Amino acid sequence: MAREPRRTLTAADLARRAGLWLLVAAIVLYAVFPFYYAILTSLKSGSDLFKINYFPFKWEFGNYAAVFSGQPFGTNILNSLIVSFSVVALSLFLGVTAAFALARVQFRGRATLLVTILGVSMFPQVAVLSGMFQLVRALGQYNHLTSLVISYMIFTLPFTVWVLTTFMRDLPRELEEAAILDGASSWTIVRRVFLPLMWPALVTTGLLAFIAAWNELLFALTFTLTNDKRTVPVGIALMSGASAYELPWGNIMAASVIVTVPLVILVLVFQRRIVSGLTAGAVKG
Amino acid sequence: MRDTSWLAASRTRSAWLFLAPMLVILLLVAGWPLLRTIWLGFTDANTLRIDQAKWVGFENFLTRRDGHWYGALADPLWWRSVKNTLWFTVWTVAIETVLGFGIALVLNREFPGRALVRAAILIPWAIPTVVSARIWGWLLNDQYGFINHVLSGLGIIDHQIAWTADPRLLMTSVILVDVWKTTPFMALLILAALQMLPKECYEAALLDGIHPVKVFWRVTLPLVRPAVMVAVIFRAIDALRVFDVIYVLTGANEQSMTMSIYARQQLFEFNQAGYGSAVSTLLFFIIALTTIVLLIATRVRLGED
Repeated sequence: MAREPRRTLTAADLARRAGLWLLVAAIVLYAVFPFYYAILTSLKSGSDLFKINYFPFKWEFGNYAAVFSGQPFGTNILNSLIVSFSVVALSLFLGVTAAFALARVQFRGRATLLVTILGVSMFPQVAVLSGMFQLVRALGQYNHLTSLVISYMIFTLPFTVWVLTTFMRDLPRELEEAAILDGASSWTIVRRVFLPLMWPALVTTGLLAFIAAWNELLFALTFTLTNDKRTVPVGIALMSGASAYELPWGNIMAASVIVTVPLVILVLVFQRRIVSGLTAGAVKG
Repeated sequence: MRDTSWLAASRTRSAWLFLAPMLVILLLVAGWPLLRTIWLGFTDANTLRIDQAKWVGFENFLTRRDGHWYGALADPLWWRSVKNTLWFTVWTVAIETVLGFGIALVLNREFPGRALVRAAILIPWAIPTVVSARIWGWLLNDQYGFINHVLSGLGIIDHQIAWTADPRLLMTSVILVDVWKTTPFMALLILAALQMLPKECYEAALLDGIHPVKVFWRVTLPLVRPAVMVAVIFRAIDALRVFDVIYVLTGANEQSMTMSIYARQQLFEFNQAGYGSAVSTLLFFIIALTTIVLLIATRVRLGED
């Protein structure tokens, strides 16, 4: 009586463990394989492109060279870097100052403001597209990178303000009391008291803003016109061959790998912070 | 007493000073363009001469001329786009939630290398949408694509499937690719909720010998439902404005046309700034309304619990 159940239990345990590992393997394959296959394709050329393989059998970097000679891809990468870093710097600066006011000062209309800001973060980009286009024209920024830095504020700023506000609100009150009694100005309090404590939140929000700006397509497609002003997503979206049926898959995959590898490394390094940032943005919302 | 109230007043003043730059930028990039777009919807503006717009009333929305209806609300393609968008939203969010829940439950187990697996599932999320659409365009290629190769190797299909060209399959392909990219987001949010659950419930259920499936339906699901609902709302709002993945994978194709693709095409390919803005306005109100309905619906349920 005592022996029988124990033996079936171990068998069930084994089956359960095998099942778990199978599931884990399936999840990893699901997540990693498409990008791995893109890397494989980017290393092939000529008729090899049309053969299926699971491991690299040759290491050819011809596609990587072709990406930079066929179109101003280097310039596109530089444009994306300029835009993304400017967006991060601007939204963090505006976000920290606004978050201080929203999190640390009691004033009338604060709750309404927070809800409005959350509402803006849900704006569909297309809903403001023609108005934004006219704004960009009016400011004389059409086909300039500035147009992207300005317009990207619509999705990075509300998110940044929101996450930084929730973070700042949880800091203890005693922190600034001494500084207030010493007669320090609000600006000094933000710089000297809060900023040193906020690095984790700044890294998270900055990273998420960077990824959002780096990946954006709609505004970049609409507000830039010439190849030398395009960002990476537009460059890759518009990459085409001699005809619609002859897409240069090798080049496209090489370009895709180039712009994604830095992101993947960033994400793997800052994994924990990103997950906590995403949950803070979503659950508190 | 006087001193503290003076201090509070000065703090409120500086609060508004600190808010001002952010508010000015938000008014400039969100408030003004939104109002401008709504106004342009009531004009005959041409995208190339947008400043010479003339007021035309509701003509872009709906008008009757010579016994025929004109305007966006009378355009079958617009309604097709609305239908496609809703179809896309319902299916992607539903599949993502179920799949994300499954992944979250697996990752909630203890096993060696769990941190590594959790990092790996962030990869689809980190890949730019344009890139993921391109990669899947290649995987789904009818002649040389990996998916057809595997499916025919397994004997599931006997001919090459044109995933991104066959009109009947466009929506399916687009949904598939979007699910691949956004499921990790869902899985991580649900995993975060799962990890906040009290362990005692499970120990008690285990001691009582309750079947794990029953525990899932009776304990796990009700407890994580609020968090899952928030994630579902976020994803639904995101799916309703879908643009990138469809634009890159299938282009402005009637079968996979969504509201955003339709509006952009009118605005910048047909240069119909007035009509396109009217459509953008409709899109804005459809999404705003859906959001409000979803928020109210879920809040009601939250209140019941």
